[in-house]
Order: sequence, then structure tokens, then C-alpha cells
Amino acid sequence: MTSAQTLTADAPLPEVVGTEKLLLTLVALGLLLLLPAAFDADAYRAHACFYAALALISAGTLGWAAWKYGRRPPGVHHHNLWLRASTSRGAVAWITGIVLTGFYVILYWFSNPDDQGNFGPLNQLVHALDPVSQWLRNRPSDQWFLYGTFYTLAILLMGGRALWKYRHSPYHLIRTGSLIFFQLGFAFLLPGLLLAFQRPEFYFSYFWPLKQEYLFPGTVSYLLKDGGPGLGVFMVFWTAVISFVGVPVLTYFFGKRWYCSWVCGCGGLAETAGDPYRQLADKSRTAWKWEVRIIYTVLVLIVLLTALLWVGASGAVPALEGITQPLSQAYGFAIGSVFSGVIGVGFYPLMGARVWCRFGCPMATYLGLLQKHFSRFRITTNGAQCISCGNCSNVCEMGIDVKQYAQRGEPIIRASCVGCGMCSTACPRGVLNLENGPRDNRYQASPLISADSLRILS
Amino acid sequence: MHLVIIGNGITGVTAALTVRRLQPGARITLVSAESAHHFSRPALMYVYLGDMRYQDIKPYEDWFWAENRLELVHATATGLDAAVQTVQLDSGAVLSYDKLLLATGSRGRRGTWPGSELTGVQTFVTLPDLELMTRDTRQGVREAVVVGGGLIGVELAEMLAAKGIRVTILIRDTRYWGSVLPPEEAALVQRQLDAHHIVCRYGAELQEIVADETGRVRAVRTTTGQELPCQWLGLAIGVEPNLDLARAGGLETDKGILVDAHLQTSAPNVYAAGDCAQLREFARGEVAVEQLWYTGRQQGETVGHTLCNAAAPRPYRRGQWFNSAKFFDLEYQTYGRVPAEPVPHEHSFCWQHPTREALLRINFRADTLAVTGLNVLGLRQRHDTWAAWLRAGTPVTEVLANLGAANFDPEFFRQYEKVIVASFNQRFPQHAVQLRRRKGLFRV
Repeated sequence: MTSAQTLTADAPLPEVVGTEKLLLTLVALGLLLLLPAAFDADAYRAHACFYAALALISAGTLGWAAWKYGRRPPGVHHHNLWLRASTSRGAVAWITGIVLTGFYVILYWFSNPDDQGNFGPLNQLVHALDPVSQWLRNRPSDQWFLYGTFYTLAILLMGGRALWKYRHSPYHLIRTGSLIFFQLGFAFLLPGLLLAFQRPEFYFSYFWPLKQEYLFPGTVSYLLKDGGPGLGVFMVFWTAVISFVGVPVLTYFFGKRWYCSWVCGCGGLAETAGDPYRQLADKSRTAWKWEVRIIYTVLVLIVLLTALLWVGASGAVPALEGITQPLSQAYGFAIGSVFSGVIGVGFYPLMGARVWCRFGCPMATYLGLLQKHFSRFRITTNGAQCISCGNCSNVCEMGIDVKQYAQRGEPIIRASCVGCGMCSTACPRGVLNLENGPRDNRYQASPLISADSLRILS
Repeated sequence: MHLVIIGNGITGVTAALTVRRLQPGARITLVSAESAHHFSRPALMYVYLGDMRYQDIKPYEDWFWAENRLELVHATATGLDAAVQTVQLDSGAVLSYDKLLLATGSRGRRGTWPGSELTGVQTFVTLPDLELMTRDTRQGVREAVVVGGGLIGVELAEMLAAKGIRVTILIRDTRYWGSVLPPEEAALVQRQLDAHHIVCRYGAELQEIVADETGRVRAVRTTTGQELPCQWLGLAIGVEPNLDLARAGGLETDKGILVDAHLQTSAPNVYAAGDCAQLREFARGEVAVEQLWYTGRQQGETVGHTLCNAAAPRPYRRGQWFNSAKFFDLEYQTYGRVPAEPVPHEHSFCWQHPTREALLRINFRADTLAVTGLNVLGLRQRHDTWAAWLRAGTPVTEVLANLGAANFDPEFFRQYEKVIVASFNQRFPQHAVQLRRRKGLFRV
């Protein structure tokens, strides 16, 4: 009798040879060096460890990617993902998840500076970045600068890996390049430069309702005041225009992907650092039911909250005065910190890289509603060529069971699809293609296959 | 109606789904010895490679069957009594049917070589085959030999090579898949095999399998007199229908279970479809036993209609030929008919990129210029568009002028329509074409 466990547990694994071991050891050493960098009492030695760690991690990761993917001819392969502990919820994955989650807990709740400017357990790591922060932002580092640096570095290094891995596909090369560009330019350098010029730290690549406070009355008045008459007005204008005009227009032409897998920083981390974990997204109908329950709730919450804050700020309902602030803090804690950070990234190695994008992000929900109902985007199924192999579903980081549509010859039009294009890349029969076309007959299935009309999602 | 289907592969399941759709009240039982649930046979290789787990290659989640009232029985059907309309199972149970569909599929051919029963020698078609291969290549296999230059042969080579095992393929022909692929296509596939360090021995056949002292394969001897050491041997020389049950029931069989145009066997209320069925009559250029995923699905759907409406049975029509495959990193699609050797009264236009792995071949009639078939390697072409062109007998000039409409490559991929048309105009100046439609379904 066949047991699924036997097939996977007993499967042969290729030997990990010396070069790969060496390169991975460099990465591991780099990660270990972060411990003395954080806790060594000698500040000079700690700083040296910090930069040595970054150098080892960078060299190891890029070298490993070049070795692993550069040695073989270009082409997609996802071999051994479900056989290695690190990418199949094994011990390594659990340890990685716990370390990542722990880092977020410390970052959010135990690293606020005290009166002496001490950043808790992260203090030495934060101060190790002082020279960089001074150079870029003309001010000392803080815990958020440390976080931003790590985040950007992860996208750069793992982006380099993605470029190697998917180098046969111009779509992935250009898309990964775009993600790296927006993270480095719009989410790291530009906000730093704004600070250097005594302007509000502002991320031009994040919008309401993902960056919910950008349309809160408090932030708007702060931007208008501190941004100065020109820049501050532009920042508020930019947020409002993209949120209410840019999003519908761009999504109409290109689908949700223009943002989620080309621009967004959360998407940027998921597509690069999260690429080894994309197969972990749960494809079951049960998961889909939870997704629908949670994600629309979050969108409703943030729309209500924003409206409430504006009503409160207008002073029309004095009773709101004491309520709006705690409500906004509660949302920031539960959704902004716990959901998008601790769970969203901490659970990468266990639940896949798009947990936040799939279950929580109100921006993704908003874009998704537009994509489903007011967009030219769809993933076309090529006639009757599908063999139900499941590679498309396996690589879908949003947990869409893509093959359910492909094996019935139907186009895939799902609110959650972020258009990363990986299903099309992984398909061994060339069946799937991301296309923008007229909205008429967008749901039309191929005439070459008779779709069974049995229930899939309900 | 109680419909009993023996076999839960693509044919049996497609028939079951078709009947469920047409007759919501029918009772449907699927019997399978191989697996508790339907899985995608072409995807078995990805489980071995670790791309997916076994549960990931099931086309439907497990709740699907109960919710659609499809009863699953995991047992071997050992006996068939067509007179009283019952099937005996190895569990001792007996199933009565109103209609019976045999969709028993096929198994790998083992040949008659001495030593083919040794440990480490196997075919690769079924789930038990995958389990065996997983077990037998787990350790101690440095070299492997694969016999057969077809689709399963190249799959096995890819699987083994990914585990760091050195692979030699014995190919009887003078080129890869010589019965199907024209020389240019075969040469391009050969580049893939070379790039992945697969050794191909052409014109070589297996002569003898040599055992070590434990009864495991140690080497093979070829007809060319070589001895190749190997600790694992894959036989990929084709598949043969599973006929045990049909024979036990006294049905007429030949290579497969003989069926008429309505896929009915020699016994009343008993049908056969998919890999195991052999058509008594078939059109010129077609084959009696079709052993493809796509044909299995088509036959399953056809027989589903007949099972629901015996008064107006639906004859099986092969329809336009199409197929696809992937050779390591090289994708292959074919629409219509492109024979391996030149056909009289037909032109064959073949374009190939000088360095990249991209090839397009269009066959068309010399008199009317109507397109008859397409082969592409390393390019993706739109099935619906080609189906319409082939059905209508569209002239090749019209097809090439609109070639962009059939381009199914992802965005930003290099577009070759211009150079393809230029190459055609050079070869057939009397039919010179002006490219009208660049890439895109919706853009002219």
C-alpha cells in the first residue's frame, strides 16, 4: 500500500558536495557572527564582527546562488524542495521560523530606545550602523534603520539568487529588477535622504490602506506641516492620487501584479527571500475559506477606522475623542505589527512567504477586488494541453490551486493572484500565460476541452 | 444506474465526472488497485525529483469524491462475469453493475531479456514503480542505464541525473525519438541531453542483464558488444494494455481490449476506454491503441456520453492530433501531424535559431498551401489558434502573416515572428509573406 510519507522520506537526495558546503558554511558563520556583534562587550570588536558578518553572508549567499544555478543550463527546476528539511517544514525550517519570529518580537516590543539612547538587545547592532546612517540620513541609526538595512540586504542578496535561478525568463529578470529598484531606491535611499534634508521620512512606494496611517488625519496634518508647502502637499497628494486613481487605473490595465509583485516591499521580500518557501502555501479549500473570512474583515476594519478618525478629527462627534486614538493603536499593533511582521515574515519557512499578502493585507484585498471585477488581466490556459501535474499549484505562493482551472481549460481570474508568473514558468507543457486583454469573454474557457462543472470552491 | 469503473486514471475519472454531470442520480463506483485516489501519472517524476509530494499530484482534493458522490474502492478487480453483470474483488466483495467501464490502463513492457527480473531492473509507469525506484536508487547507485529513446526514457534520465547518478541511454534508432521527431528536432533535444551529461548510445540494444552475487543488476551487455556497469536499469521501451480482467471475463482482446466506435467491448453493457482499449476500426494515419493522457481524457469523455444515453451512443472521434512534452529544460508542443520523415505532396518549413534553443516547423500541402501540422521546441504556441487554422486548412501564407496571434510565450520573451517570416520568404520566394500580426492575442 502506498504511503505518501514513504515516497518522500525514502527519496534519494543528491550529495551536497564540498563547494556547496563551504559556501553555506560562510553564510552560517556570518549569521553566527551576529551574536558577538550584538553582545560582545568590546564595542570595536563588536562592530568588526558586524561588518564581517554582513560580508560573509553576502559573499556566501551570492556565491552559493552562482554555484548552484550557474553550473547548470538555464531553466526552471524546483528539485528536492520537498525533500530538504529547510524547505519542507523540517527542523531547520522551524529553527529559522523561531529565530525570525524572535527577531520581530524584539524589534517591535523590546528595542525602543531608553533615555540614554539604548536600544535594548539590538543596541550594538543599531549603533554598528551609525556610520552608514550618518552618511545617508545625517543622523544616528535607530532600530528601524537596522531593520530597513537588513530588509533591503535580504532583497538584494536573495534577489541576486532569484536573478540567477530564473535567468532563462526575461519576465522574472525584469520583475525582480523592478522589486530591487523600488526597495533600494524608494524604501531605503529616498526616505533616508529625506531625513538628511530635514524632511518627513516618506515611502513613495507604500500606499493606504497598506500603509494605513498615510491617510490618517494625524499623518496628513504632520506631512503638510513638516513637509513644507511644496513637498508636504505633494506627499499627501501622491498618496491620495495613487490610492484612489492610480490603483484602479493601473489594475485595470495590468492586474494587481503591477503593485504586488513589481513594486511592493512586502512582495519584494516574498519574491526574493521567500522564493524557497513558495511551495508551502496551503492550497486546500479550507485555507481558502479562512483567507476569504480574514482578508475582507481587515479591509472593512481599516476603511471604517480611517473614516472614524476623520470624523473624530473634524470634531463633529465629540464622543469619539477618547476612542479613535486607542482604536488606531490597536489596529497598528494587531495588524501592522503582529500580522504583517511577526506572522507575515516570521512564518515564512512554515506557511510560505505570502501569509500577510494572502490573509491580511488590505491593499491586496482592494487590488484583488479590482482585479477580479474591473481588470483586463487573466492567466490564459492553453487549450487542452494541461496534464494536471500540479506544478503550477505547487509554486503558487498565494495558495491558489491553479490546476483546478487549467485542467478545465479555464482562464484563471482570482482576486488573490499577484501575477508573479511562476505558474507559467513552472508549467512543463507551456499551458499558462499572463495576459492583458479585453474584458469581454474574459472567463471564456477553451473550446478544446469540456469543463466538468463540478464544484471546486464553494 | 450503477456504473462501475475499473481504473481511476484520467480515463476512468473523466468518464465518472462526465456521467456525474449528465446524470446527477447515477450511482458511480471507481475501483483501483493502484491508489486510493486519482493522481496525475505524468507527474510521478516530479515526486521523485522532490518538486512535489504525492498529495500534490492529486488533481482533486480528497473531499471531492464524497461531495460528488463518487464511491472509491481501493482493491483489485480479479473477476468479471458479463452474463450476470458482476465484478469480483480480491477483498472477496462482489460488485453488481448496470454498466461497466474498463479503464485499466497499461503497464511498462519488460521485454524478454535474460535477467529482467533482477533487483534494480524496472519499468516506470505506475505508483508502485515509483516506490520501487525510490527504494532501489536510494543508495549505492552511481551509474544507471535506461533502455529506450522515447518520452519515458528521457524522463528517467532527468530523474536520475538530478540525483547525481551518471546515466547512459540505449537507443535502438539512429536519433532521439526517431519514430516521431524529424532530424532537426531530434538534434535540438540531443543538445539538451549533452548539456545535462547524459550519454546516448545510438544503434545499441540491450542484449543481456548481468547480476551481482546478491541478485541485483551489476551491468548490461549491448548488441554492440559493450558491457556497461550499472546498479540500476530502467526499461522504457513502451507500454502494454492491462488485459487480465478483460481476459478473465472472456472479452475479445488483441493487443488491447477490442472495442467498436462507441468504445463498447464484445460483451453487452461493458465498455473499455483509454490505454487499454483497441479500436477495431480507425482512420488512416491513426493508431488502434492510443496511450496518451489527452486521448485517455477524450475517450473517457466520449464513453461517458454513451453510458448516459445508450439510445444515441457517441462515436469516438480522435479529432485533431496534439501533444506536448518537456525534455529537461526544452519544451515541445505539436499540433496537427508532423511525421518524422518527409511526406509526398507536402512541404516542410523548418526555422531554427542559429544559437538559441528555438525551433518551429510548419508542414503544409504543396497544392493548396493548407497547413497540416506544427512542431515547436523552446517556443509556446496557442492551441486554440492552431486548432482553428488546422481545421480550416488555412494557407501557410495566411498563418505566417498572423503568426503573432499564436505566440503564447510569456511577456518580454524574444519574439521570432519577423525572422521566421524572413526565413520562409527566402525558402519559398514564390509565396512571399508580409508579417501582419505581431505578438499578442489582442493587438494587431
